[in-house]
Amino acid sequence: MTKEEIENGTADMEIDQREPLNGERSELNAVPDDFNANYLKVYYGKLFPHADIFKWMSYGNDGKHPGCDESYFGRREFSFTLDNDIYLRFQSFNSASKLENSIKEKCPFKVDIGPVYSVDPAKRHAYAQSGNNVFTPVEKELVFDIDMTDYDDVRYCCSGADVCLKCWTLMTIAIKVIDPALRDDFGFNHILWVYSGRRGVHCWVCDAKARRLTNEQRSSIAEYFRVYKGNENSQKKVSLISSALHPFLLRSYKVLEEFFEGNLLSNQSLFSTEERYEKILEMIPDESITSELRGKWQDNKKSSISKENINVDRWKHVKKILKSGKQKVSKHMNHLLKAPFCIHPKTGRVCVPIDPNRCEEFDPTAVPTLSKLLEEINMGGLGTDDDEWDRTSLGKSIRFFRSSFLQPLLKSCKEEIENSYNAKLQHSKTSLTW
Amino acid sequence: MEIIGSQRKPVHIDVVPTLPLYRSAPPLEVRLEDFELYAMDRLRVLKGIADGLSRGKKSEEMKNLADHLWKANMRHLDASEVVNKDIISHFVLRLVYSRTEDLRKWFLSMETNLFRYRLLFERPEAQRALMAEFDLPYRAASNAELESVKEGLKQVAQSFGQPLAADVIFYKVPFEEVPELVAGRRVFIHKGYAYVAMNQVVSLVATQFRSHLSKALILTNRKWTSTIREQEKDRLTPIVEALCSSYLGPDYSQPREFAEISIKDIDQIAKSSFPLCMRHLFEKLREDHHLKHGGRMQLGLFLKGVGLKLEDALAFWKAEFSQRVGSERFDKEYAYSIRHNYGREGKRTDYTPYSCQKIITSAPGVGDHHGCPYRHFSEENLRAALGKMGLSNRAVEDVMDKVRNRHYQLACTLTFEAVHGTSCDAGINHPNQYFSDSQKVLQSKNQSTV
Repeated sequence: MTKEEIENGTADMEIDQREPLNGERSELNAVPDDFNANYLKVYYGKLFPHADIFKWMSYGNDGKHPGCDESYFGRREFSFTLDNDIYLRFQSFNSASKLENSIKEKCPFKVDIGPVYSVDPAKRHAYAQSGNNVFTPVEKELVFDIDMTDYDDVRYCCSGADVCLKCWTLMTIAIKVIDPALRDDFGFNHILWVYSGRRGVHCWVCDAKARRLTNEQRSSIAEYFRVYKGNENSQKKVSLISSALHPFLLRSYKVLEEFFEGNLLSNQSLFSTEERYEKILEMIPDESITSELRGKWQDNKKSSISKENINVDRWKHVKKILKSGKQKVSKHMNHLLKAPFCIHPKTGRVCVPIDPNRCEEFDPTAVPTLSKLLEEINMGGLGTDDDEWDRTSLGKSIRFFRSSFLQPLLKSCKEEIENSYNAKLQHSKTSLTW
Repeated sequence: MEIIGSQRKPVHIDVVPTLPLYRSAPPLEVRLEDFELYAMDRLRVLKGIADGLSRGKKSEEMKNLADHLWKANMRHLDASEVVNKDIISHFVLRLVYSRTEDLRKWFLSMETNLFRYRLLFERPEAQRALMAEFDLPYRAASNAELESVKEGLKQVAQSFGQPLAADVIFYKVPFEEVPELVAGRRVFIHKGYAYVAMNQVVSLVATQFRSHLSKALILTNRKWTSTIREQEKDRLTPIVEALCSSYLGPDYSQPREFAEISIKDIDQIAKSSFPLCMRHLFEKLREDHHLKHGGRMQLGLFLKGVGLKLEDALAFWKAEFSQRVGSERFDKEYAYSIRHNYGREGKRTDYTPYSCQKIITSAPGVGDHHGCPYRHFSEENLRAALGKMGLSNRAVEDVMDKVRNRHYQLACTLTFEAVHGTSCDAGINHPNQYFSDSQKVLQSKNQSTV
């Protein structure tokens, strides 16, 4: 994708909107499947949760408490990808309405969220003169970007951009491995999982501690999750010697075992052809084991796991499927990731949140699309503008976003602001005594 | 820290049992000569560590290497001066290496590594005492806490083959403080805290050390640019500016007691013990019976460093050149400069043989054969030359890999190792070093076969 940065706005767009007839449900309401500026205009006008995004990104700095940092939201970078691949970086806004108006006006095909900088990104050039890196990222959520194509060599139902329920299981596994680790091991609480719109998931870790992680610390978390320690070019050999696993690997294996036996095996028929099992054998460094397995599989061509094979099999699959090495934890603060509730241009699907506790129920093929939502609006008839989203399939997602993520987050942020404000007061009081 | 002239006042300082942390410049007086010499000694240690790391040495080897380097370079005749030398050399190098981003990065990395290795060599009591000096947000985990995470601790210990001892102390540390341990899954983490075993604490401490030094370097740089550089422009500044690029090895200016080579054996020795640069020059000389000025200097001084006496050198060069230009012309035009190199003419400077650094940065032109083949040859020619030296295809590839990454001296070191079948830990940084190391290897081989 070529990106061309321009500083000015784009031209106005004409809208041709169909007037819904009261309660009528007919082809008139049907909206052809498409992704275009006109549809987006309606989406940003009536459905996209601008205010919720603003509240999230403010992290409690809404000006209501004396301890709030009024500059905080304005120092966050957003980027817009417009029609024709025009890419606008370093967009910043110092109020909710400015953000909302800009999105409605520019109608971006994609909105990315970047870091919070030390100063307003719009003023970065002024600070570049002093040459001492005064313009620098200071906070950024810890994010994971997991893509189905990273698992291409263990899925055989689809390939490339396609995704179906069968291979989506791999995403489910990823969530079931990473989410508990983030909560139990790293102690993070404010985690948002989002469908990327086509073939993957994003994970946003929003705790204050996570936002302040240095690049080095982010790298170390990425490494913690990585099962493959070799580099891309080396045979992906992993030691099978030790039968004791770090608790993270052990937990991961247990998740996998549950799915593997239930799901994956029959869905993916991993052992059914020679080509497929050779690929799996490549993973094992021990020649004696591989030759033994090859022999067994050649004997019975059907996919099967006998009790004896299970020990070895479990290793290969823990390693192979937990190819967390490719689960890209962004290791740099100045990384931009697509905002939740954007629409994926190629599929028209909304990037909706996923409940990690019920991720096995998530169906990517049932995620609302832009055209479907517009249809629902058309059918909705008259009603107050504010609640229009609630009467569409998007309502569920927005309500979930608010109750399970945004509200607990904001509560915790406000507590933190209050505590640190009180601590400062305390400190200045004691230092005044002489 | 006060730099004084030649007069020296003895300074008494309590012998510190633990490693210095270089928190602040100590109130010591330093002689100007020591200012430079101490720094150079420490620099040898740091460069040795850098070299070891770039050769991919493992942690255990690096620990021993660092210990060896430290003992070899940082001694002092006066035992009470050892700590001073340590501290002074560190602070001098801070001045030198604070000046650019790249220098700071290098220095930070090497000093932290040095600190880590030295800390690993300390006894546990010393290690614990040192930890107290750091402002670490850790505390020993209580028994109750340990009970609750016992299973996890056991699993982690087992995962790298070290069963959990009964009464190991664990420190509870926020996981952000120990990124290396988290990355390697060497610790059990729970609710954001890492449970770090006593022996892993070194990682904690090194991180703190690094962070402190990093800030200090920025401050040092500011002070340097704002005041020190100007103030000291006649005294310390030239020393500081030259330090980071100086060649630190022996200069081979003192000829050996006995000639290492005689003219009779020179062809044989050239094949077995000359580095590629000198071998090439030598062969070209034999071939063309001539070398241009750059080549005469590079080879001529090398031969001097190797122990070739003036009379033998004159005879050697004359034997070659007279085949091309005649012996009268040799006496008239070339003999003088050979004598000049040996300090027998003109200002009577005894010129020192060129180090690798100097050779690599030279610029051979058309008709020249001097310079560093790893730098100046085309890939094709270099491969051919290495082949002629007897390197296997595999070895040639390894060398070419170094060349591609512009590690010319490492390439030469690999060549040395391939030719002699031994490892060269110190790395090659002077052609005469290559020669004397080669001779050592060959002599020990002779002795063992006798």
